[in-house]
Amino acid sequence: MLMKLIAAAAFSACIAAALPAAAQNPLAAEIIGQETLDIGTSTSEIAITSDFSGADLTIFGALANADQLLLAIGQYDVVVTLEGPRDWTTVRRKERMFGIWVNRTSMTFEQMPTSYSLASTRPVSEIASAATLTQLGIGIEHLALTPTGYLSNAANLGEFRDAFRRLKQTAGLYQGDTNGVRFVSSSLFKATLQLPANIPDGVHMVHAYLFKSGEFITERELPLRVIKTGLEDAITQAAHQQPLFYGMFSVMLALITGWLASLIFRKD
Amino acid sequence: MTIYLPIAELSVNIFIILGMGAAVGFLSGMFGVGGGFLITPLLIFYNIPPVVAVATGANQVVASSVSGAITHFRRGSLDIKLGIVLLIGGLAGATVGVVIFSWLRRLGQLDLIISLLYVVFLGTVGGLMLIESLRAMRRASRNETISLKRPGQHNWVHRLPFKMRFKKSKIYLSVIPLLALGFAIGILTSIMGVGGGFIMVPAMIYLLRIPTNVVVGTSLFQIIFTTAYTTIVQAATNFSVDIVLAFVLMVAGVIGAQYGVRVGQKLRGEQLRALLGLLVLAVGVRLAIELVVPPEDIYSLAIGG
Repeated sequence: MLMKLIAAAAFSACIAAALPAAAQNPLAAEIIGQETLDIGTSTSEIAITSDFSGADLTIFGALANADQLLLAIGQYDVVVTLEGPRDWTTVRRKERMFGIWVNRTSMTFEQMPTSYSLASTRPVSEIASAATLTQLGIGIEHLALTPTGYLSNAANLGEFRDAFRRLKQTAGLYQGDTNGVRFVSSSLFKATLQLPANIPDGVHMVHAYLFKSGEFITERELPLRVIKTGLEDAITQAAHQQPLFYGMFSVMLALITGWLASLIFRKD
Repeated sequence: MTIYLPIAELSVNIFIILGMGAAVGFLSGMFGVGGGFLITPLLIFYNIPPVVAVATGANQVVASSVSGAITHFRRGSLDIKLGIVLLIGGLAGATVGVVIFSWLRRLGQLDLIISLLYVVFLGTVGGLMLIESLRAMRRASRNETISLKRPGQHNWVHRLPFKMRFKKSKIYLSVIPLLALGFAIGILTSIMGVGGGFIMVPAMIYLLRIPTNVVVGTSLFQIIFTTAYTTIVQAATNFSVDIVLAFVLMVAGVIGAQYGVRVGQKLRGEQLRALLGLLVLAVGVRLAIELVVPPEDIYSLAIGG
């Protein structure tokens, strides 16, 4: 009983303390009518079949409570990104040693998206300041590339970051389209993102960011599942989940193939 | 027609893979070798990741050595007891090899070590084979009689303890060099994706003085098991066996091998060896060039912690 009382007292104290802060946040936004954003995708699942050669993903979005005047003169900007599943990524650098090229130095970056596509109303550098973009992690140049572990070559950090971005872009995994978002009516927009043929499977995240006159207003996100299908998927699943049986099966297949060949081509 | 390789994670032209398998099968039939030392570099040249090329190469060698070993078993040119002793060493070596393989992969040095081992072994074996066969051809043209050291002559290997009698091969030999040879080649099987016949056969003939007639069959017999074991261990630890790729290769390979055998029977021994030597040397040189020429991009990416 006593405990409950103390808890209740503590709770009301918290609310009292939180009130002034809440005045500037979502609660207040409703009152003065701040802009809100809603998005939907053409599909929530992308299937990778054996002949998958990339696809387009269309994202529709609606803007509510927008200032019609600012909208008319193009002061609202939308950025839509698709981030692939995150994983640690190592960048290795080759150097010449005794005449041959050897991986010498490496740097591992924390939880980087394996793929990244971006569409926006204008080039992102024109939409907001570099500081804002970096803070939000919007754009290939502004993704946080945090090295992990002991840094023996901190001086080369910039070089490794550039290499990471360059390699991801040449592989087609990171891409940006600065005209990918178009307003189809005063409050509706449509974004088209290109998915590369080598898109990794897993849960991807669609993010939509709204800016007004260079200021970040709000953000929405939606998951998108990318799955392998058919025989390819069955094989990948088996290889990773039942590796021992998969290995034995591969060997059996080889034994039978070799044995059949010796039967068919028997010369007597 | 393209086909998607689920483990290598890329699309390839099925006819190129079939052609590769058939060509290597043809050569392996012609020269009586497993062909792993050709298939793995070819796959790497075709942009298959080395990790997948090695594990899949081992799987493909299982098929080609089974059909070869069955033929030798029917002819009675296979010493099972000798094969089993080699195999014990081979399995131990393959286990150690897979551990080394995973370790090199984590360090990011795997591709380099695979290439280096290929350059060293292909260069040495190809070079020796070429020199030896050219000498033989010159002798043949001068009508000289060949005075090879007769098998059965003794060297230091025959003074080692733990001797064992191998009835089929008609030899009495210590198990130490047999286990050691099996072990060394087992390591190469895991790291290079080869059966190791191209090293095993000369070592058995020249070092251990095992009669030539049982050497190829016995070597093939033990290769079946070391490559099968390597395939399973690679699948379980590195998830790198691509069954689609392996199957296409082995089907084309066993068919190609049959035609290779027929052509091989029409060519003379030393000509055959000179051709094989040239081929082995060429693959080695091609890999060596790749190591020396500056890469397109000195940076590379690897996913995963």
